[in-house]
Amino acid sequence: MASPEIAVSIDQVVKRYGGFTALHGVSIDIREREFFTLLGPSGCGKTTLLRAIAGFEDVNEGRLLLKGVDITNLPPHKRPVNTVFQQYALFPHMTVFENVMFGLLRKNWIQSEAQRRVQDVLEMVQLSDFASRKPAQLSGGQQQRVALARALAPRPQVLLLDEPLSALDLKLRQAVRSELKALQRETGIAFIFVTHDQEEALTMSDRVCVMSNGRVQQIGSPKDVYEAPVNRFVADFVGETNLLEVTVNKIKDGLASVALPGGNAFECPAAAVVDPGVGHLSVRPERIKVTADGQGDLDAVVTGHTYLGTDIQLLVRLADDEVMSVRLQNSQTTEIPEQGAAVGLVLEAGAARLLAD
Amino acid sequence: MAAGAPMGAGTTSDIYKGDAARLMMPTWLIIGIFLLAPVIMMGVYSFLTKEFRGGVVWEFSFAAYDQFFFDRGLFGDDPPTLEWTYIGIFWRSIWQAGLATIMCLLIGFPTAWFIATRDPKSRSIWLFLITIPYWVNLLIRTVSMKFLIRDTGPLNEFLLAAGVIDTPLGLINTDFAVQLGLFYSYLPFMVLPIYAAVERYDFALSEAASDLYAGTWTILRLVIFPVVKPGIIAGCILVFVPSLGAFLAPDLLGGAKTFMIGSLIEEQFKGSAGNWPFGAAAAMILLTLVLVILLIYARAQNKVEDR
Ligand SMILES: Nc1ncnc2c1ncn2[C@@H]1O[C@H](COP(=O)(O)OP(=O)(O)O)[C@@H](O)[C@H]1O
Ligand SMILES: [Mg+2]
Repeated sequence: MASPEIAVSIDQVVKRYGGFTALHGVSIDIREREFFTLLGPSGCGKTTLLRAIAGFEDVNEGRLLLKGVDITNLPPHKRPVNTVFQQYALFPHMTVFENVMFGLLRKNWIQSEAQRRVQDVLEMVQLSDFASRKPAQLSGGQQQRVALARALAPRPQVLLLDEPLSALDLKLRQAVRSELKALQRETGIAFIFVTHDQEEALTMSDRVCVMSNGRVQQIGSPKDVYEAPVNRFVADFVGETNLLEVTVNKIKDGLASVALPGGNAFECPAAAVVDPGVGHLSVRPERIKVTADGQGDLDAVVTGHTYLGTDIQLLVRLADDEVMSVRLQNSQTTEIPEQGAAVGLVLEAGAARLLAD
Repeated sequence: MAAGAPMGAGTTSDIYKGDAARLMMPTWLIIGIFLLAPVIMMGVYSFLTKEFRGGVVWEFSFAAYDQFFFDRGLFGDDPPTLEWTYIGIFWRSIWQAGLATIMCLLIGFPTAWFIATRDPKSRSIWLFLITIPYWVNLLIRTVSMKFLIRDTGPLNEFLLAAGVIDTPLGLINTDFAVQLGLFYSYLPFMVLPIYAAVERYDFALSEAASDLYAGTWTILRLVIFPVVKPGIIAGCILVFVPSLGAFLAPDLLGGAKTFMIGSLIEEQFKGSAGNWPFGAAAAMILLTLVLVILLIYARAQNKVEDR
């Protein structure tokens, strides 16, 4: 039995399409009332996993538990979870009101209660004035909110969302993020949210699961996956990072002594299992300070600038021709070194992390 | 889906209106010459006086319509009573055409569904197979059907030889044979428009419905049917209308007992026994009937849309 505060338990789930394995024994426990995000590049199996939870895909191995109840073999219409589809999949022949009502009527709600519920949910997503419109008469953002209302109306135990913001333009997407987060708190149910956008994942989630090639890479809070990535894939995918090849001399109590390119010794935390030898150091661009040549942990030459508005990105080349990116805040006090200048780079304490491959 | 399509899109810019009118010219010309003109001619003929040995006398008369609806006795001087013969033929035709439409729908919908849900490559093969029989003239196909199902035809001979039956089925010259003929003649007209609609159907809608607790039949009834309805309606019209006026199947497969409108009209223009104004009048009445049915449907449709 799963413990009671687990909403969905994904237990060793394997999904194959012919000879291709889309999910390699995925295990995740999603807690009650949390905003849980599946993050990974396109094709890593996020949608497949979400569809397996909804019941649209049968799994080849493993089990799915919903609040401790095995739902592995239930058809979609018997699973008390609802989905917000990527392209919304609103019923084009029904009004907004009828769309939202659909699930309630299938669950045999009393007409009057169902109508009240629909009105409440439409109010929640601020669409009360559009109840009698057809989906085709709504903007993309409004359609997205109808899809949300329709999925929330029958009070599912878990809400599944497959890249629901990807069809919206940037400005709207950012506004909807906070709305969605607020809605999750208000309804108090677990949201399982799929995205390939790491910024979306970091800003909205209570916990993030980073996936790659049908495998779970890391599960943790946004801070965990950003600041303490367990491997190169996570470090590289979540946010921007520099991966430096270093010689690992010693590892003790999670602290590694490494030799940086150029020979300077450096101490930093190590992700779980790294053996001495050659390893990779992940250094976030915004955690590097620029100082005079010879004064830093690394020596480099500035090869270019990119203006990013709030930041300025500096491209530098190390002695061994490796290129690193450094982010400096765009303020009047920041000195921006000229192109071709020789500089020293200081890695802030805790800025770097030794990673498993 | 029409996600994000701005409202009011699809209004043609004024610049193109002049061009559009010119581009439509050939269409209007063809419709005018080959559609409107014959209908007007038929309308005029239906109000003329019949000539013996076929043809018309240019003399205005209601006689054709009068003959269709009223019985005035053997010598035409009794008080008029309603004439049921032709109304009966019409009624039977409507009934037969309606039944054929329903049969085509029952078989055509699953067929169209099957084809539309194959992978794109095999879809075109299936569609090709469906249309192959239509490379042969309808008359020849109907005659073949007659040979196939008659009492001394291959079907009965095979069943007799196999010991399934001891006497021939007696299919020929029955309503059933006419049904079979109509069904066979017009099935593709049902399959193709439904296929086109199902092919455009977004199966995410079915998933959304099942996610919202709908079982298979509920999905079919509340989501799939309403969404592909335009295809179903088009198919029904394309089968019903020609079935109503069909004369090959009833003539060749039905014999005298199962007379339909098409045969009635055809007879009026054949040889010296014909009656052109009467045939024209029957055709006009048929045309009016079809138009009324379509209008009633369009009205009902608008009401649903306006809700
Ligand atoms: N029906 C299918 N048949 C074969 N392969 C599939 C099918 N659906 C998904 N896949 C494959 O499974 C992998 C994971 O797909 P998906 O879960 O959609 O990825 P994501 O949502 O993370 O982009 C992809 O490589 C995709 O090509
Ligand atoms: Mg996906």
